[in-house]
Amino acid sequence: MFTVFLQFLFSGLTVGAVYALVGMGFNIIYNSTSIINMAQGEFVVIGGLLMWFFTESVKLPFFLAAGLTILSAGLVGLLMERLTIRPLKSADLLLMIMVTIAVSILMRGVLMFKFGKDPYTYAPFTEGEPFTVAGAVIQQQTLWVIGVTACCIVMLYIFFNKTMMGKAMRACAVDTTAAKLVGINVSRVVMISFVLSAMVGAIGGIAITPISLMEYDKGPMLAVKGFCAAIMGGLGRGRGAVIGGFAIGILESMTAGYLHSGMKDAVALVIMLAILFFRPAGLFGSVAMSRLRKF
Amino acid sequence: MGRGNFMALALMLLGVAGMPFLTSGSYALTVGIFAGINALVAIGLCILMGSAGQVSLGQAGFYGIGAYVSSVLSIKFGLPVALSMIAAMAVASFAAVLLAVPALRLKGHYLAVATLGFGEIINVLLNEWGPGGPSGFGDIPHLTLFGYTLSSTTANFYFIWICVAAVIIFSLNILNSRTGRSLRAIHGSETASIAMGLDIVALKMKVFILSAVYASFAGALYAHYVTFISPSSFNLFYSVLALMMVVLGGITNVWGGVAGAIIITILPELLRKFEEFDVLVYGLILTLSLLFLRKGIVPLLIEKAVRLKGGSGARA
Amino acid sequence: MNLKRSLLLGMTGVFAAGLFATTALAAPDTIKIGAIISVTGPASFLGEPEKNTLVMLQDQINKAGGIKGKNIQVIIEDSKSDETQAVLAAKKLLEKDNVIAIVGPSTTGESMALVPIMNAAKTPLVSCAAGAPITNPVGDREWIFKTPQYDTSAVEAIYTYMKKHGITKIGIITISTGFGDAGKKALQELAPKMGMTIVADEKYGPKDSDMTTQLTKIKAAGAQAVINWSVGPGQVVVTKNWHSLKMGIPLYHSHGWGSKKNIELAGKAAEGVIAPLGRLVVWDKLSDTHPQKALLKKFETDYKALYKSEPGTFGGHAYDSLMMVVEAIKAVGPDKKKIRDYVEGIKKMPGTGGIYNMSAKDHCGLDMSAFEMVIVKNGDWEILK
Repeated sequence: MFTVFLQFLFSGLTVGAVYALVGMGFNIIYNSTSIINMAQGEFVVIGGLLMWFFTESVKLPFFLAAGLTILSAGLVGLLMERLTIRPLKSADLLLMIMVTIAVSILMRGVLMFKFGKDPYTYAPFTEGEPFTVAGAVIQQQTLWVIGVTACCIVMLYIFFNKTMMGKAMRACAVDTTAAKLVGINVSRVVMISFVLSAMVGAIGGIAITPISLMEYDKGPMLAVKGFCAAIMGGLGRGRGAVIGGFAIGILESMTAGYLHSGMKDAVALVIMLAILFFRPAGLFGSVAMSRLRKF
Repeated sequence: MGRGNFMALALMLLGVAGMPFLTSGSYALTVGIFAGINALVAIGLCILMGSAGQVSLGQAGFYGIGAYVSSVLSIKFGLPVALSMIAAMAVASFAAVLLAVPALRLKGHYLAVATLGFGEIINVLLNEWGPGGPSGFGDIPHLTLFGYTLSSTTANFYFIWICVAAVIIFSLNILNSRTGRSLRAIHGSETASIAMGLDIVALKMKVFILSAVYASFAGALYAHYVTFISPSSFNLFYSVLALMMVVLGGITNVWGGVAGAIIITILPELLRKFEEFDVLVYGLILTLSLLFLRKGIVPLLIEKAVRLKGGSGARA
Repeated sequence: MNLKRSLLLGMTGVFAAGLFATTALAAPDTIKIGAIISVTGPASFLGEPEKNTLVMLQDQINKAGGIKGKNIQVIIEDSKSDETQAVLAAKKLLEKDNVIAIVGPSTTGESMALVPIMNAAKTPLVSCAAGAPITNPVGDREWIFKTPQYDTSAVEAIYTYMKKHGITKIGIITISTGFGDAGKKALQELAPKMGMTIVADEKYGPKDSDMTTQLTKIKAAGAQAVINWSVGPGQVVVTKNWHSLKMGIPLYHSHGWGSKKNIELAGKAAEGVIAPLGRLVVWDKLSDTHPQKALLKKFETDYKALYKSEPGTFGGHAYDSLMMVVEAIKAVGPDKKKIRDYVEGIKKMPGTGGIYNMSAKDHCGLDMSAFEMVIVKNGDWEILK
């Protein structure tokens, strides 16, 4: 019985790590702009598909390919911000979110043309048999995904707490006007948040593609799950998205395991709604803080 | 109801009346039917967002409830379609209350996710428990009113747009009533409204139910027109599409919902010429129109009209 | 101000109406056949090879002189995998293009949504989707045909093979879309009749990234084999999970598995996976006397030469659907009613999906014999005897 439970848990961790990575990307942009970037899922898809392109099609070595993929995704994030978000400036927040949806439709169109509709995959980071823990099996790539997620958390922590730019971004998150007053270039902060979030998304895509495969229209599902993860943990809270992501992943897996697999998405959502009912700003968000923001 | 609204309504009805004569065959009318159905959803969402300031990403849930409840009641229980449609709206408003009680405590993105979650839960339930499961089911009867069955496209077209007109009139009346003014007050400042003694929870709840009833009505009309439904027509993509209609048309005006619905329904038909490229062109058009028509089409048109009149007024 | 605003609104409406008023001019020398295909949207992996096939066949037929000197034109409309769009596309094809028959749609739901329209328009529809309700009850489906094999036939083929190998307890895992649902119903319906017991019944979403939980449950329930019913990336993920779990029981897929791409994606995890497949993917392993061989060989090699990929089972469905219409027009001319009657009377017509024997009672015309049980060995297909 324990083995079965453990196997469900591992499956939940695999899926949860993916959601956590997407959720983190949401937070980066939310913190500096209050925007929910609905094209976040497309960044993940770009990561997976470009990585396939560089490793399998161009046959570049792993690290070079990964670097190029992350840089290209950052460039996409940069273009997106400069071309669509910046011209809107202080427009209605809802409008900005709709623009990100429109951009995501556009990106899917472009991806469909470049890569077609077939799914893609490439070899896991390390070849070899999966590990066995007390009879339960865990794929090596799952450990990589969790490891990559952990690395991202640490690097983002260092960036936001130890670097000047990171601190400026946190200042913007608290109060944009005040940040402007102390001489922070808010426009640059917003741009960097898009670049960073695109890069985090792409890193997620690179890590998960060997497990889940990647195709041009996987983005919306990833975005929805990541959004739920970020909300569950409390928008803007880095660790919130991570814990929210893993919580949703494990909830889904346990529901599938112990209740019924057809209901897994519904049960996870019901629990998320219940959490919001008792903690309207998510697990780690503070209601007082969220009152200060319009969204 | 102001003169502008009256004129717009008259023109709309004139256009509707003339459509079957201006076009040949039922293709354009079918597009018109779907535009009308979408308009019903969009009007509800428009009031919810524009007047009550609430976002919903779960309209597809209500739309689906309307379609499924009405179809099941009329097929499995042999209820007359008109009755089953009313029952469907009742069920949807009940669901709206269930959702609104916890959800209206939430704000902004949290509310959006709560409604999104609701829509997705409904979709899972339709997949699991709906007749036919994910494959859906067909042979749903057409609507029969006073012994006349609405099976032809033209009859459905007229009926649906008369419904749209009725819903517009009803909505405009609500917005011009005490409720409407209170809603605008909430949108302006919640704190001030509370201080003025407005029961904002009750008001928000009312609007939420109203938008759910509109959406479920639209869903029922859809089901009894197409006569086949499956859960995939009522998923998150539809909720997002509805949101897109409203934002594109303009959330501050009921006509915005109508205009947005018409444009979003017609656009893919016009883009058929582009074949596979239509996804690209569609995305591009959406992005550009959002970037350039920020306030939405209808509010911009009104602004233009005001400026025009101001100009001519000065000359006279 | 109000007047201007109303005028502007009204004009937009009239403009929109005017756009639809124009009707396409029909060239007298072409025979127009409509096609409604999920070129984009969630079912686009079906629509892609289908569309390619239709375009290729149209060019081939016209290059060979068309039908009695008349060129054919296949007007392909994208249904975006959406029933509403399929309805609109059908209306457009029927009224603006005046097509004499429609090929497609790609999915069961879209086909079902078109049933009342095609019956009302008295125009034949040859669907590329598999669901049994598309053509049943035949009484209400006068103008509707389909070319993919019934799901029940595929299930019958699997169960028959399993029984030969002493498997009676099975766990099923299906995708939560129309395709998986239809398979699930067929699996459940036939199980008691063929002496099979379903000990676990699991599902997953079309974009899920890990099915280990479901497979673990199936194993814990004591199944002797797993049957997965899906199309798209899900079946590859199931295969990978099945492999890494070292489940020790065989994995069977539906006929949706029939593409080399799936073997490539799953890699060595695909070794030993069994599925009932149409003969298109294994044409080179058929005996030369097989009635389907020549046709399959030509179709597969032509398609590969043109598109650098495989048509797969689904491209084959489009081939069969269009060829039925074309054969009918060749025999009886471009007349809707005559085409319908001809297609209903088709006997022993080899296609990619099998050898068709239509009748007034059966608008699909295929049975279990359309399938071969195929195993993946050394990255290639191998027919099981």
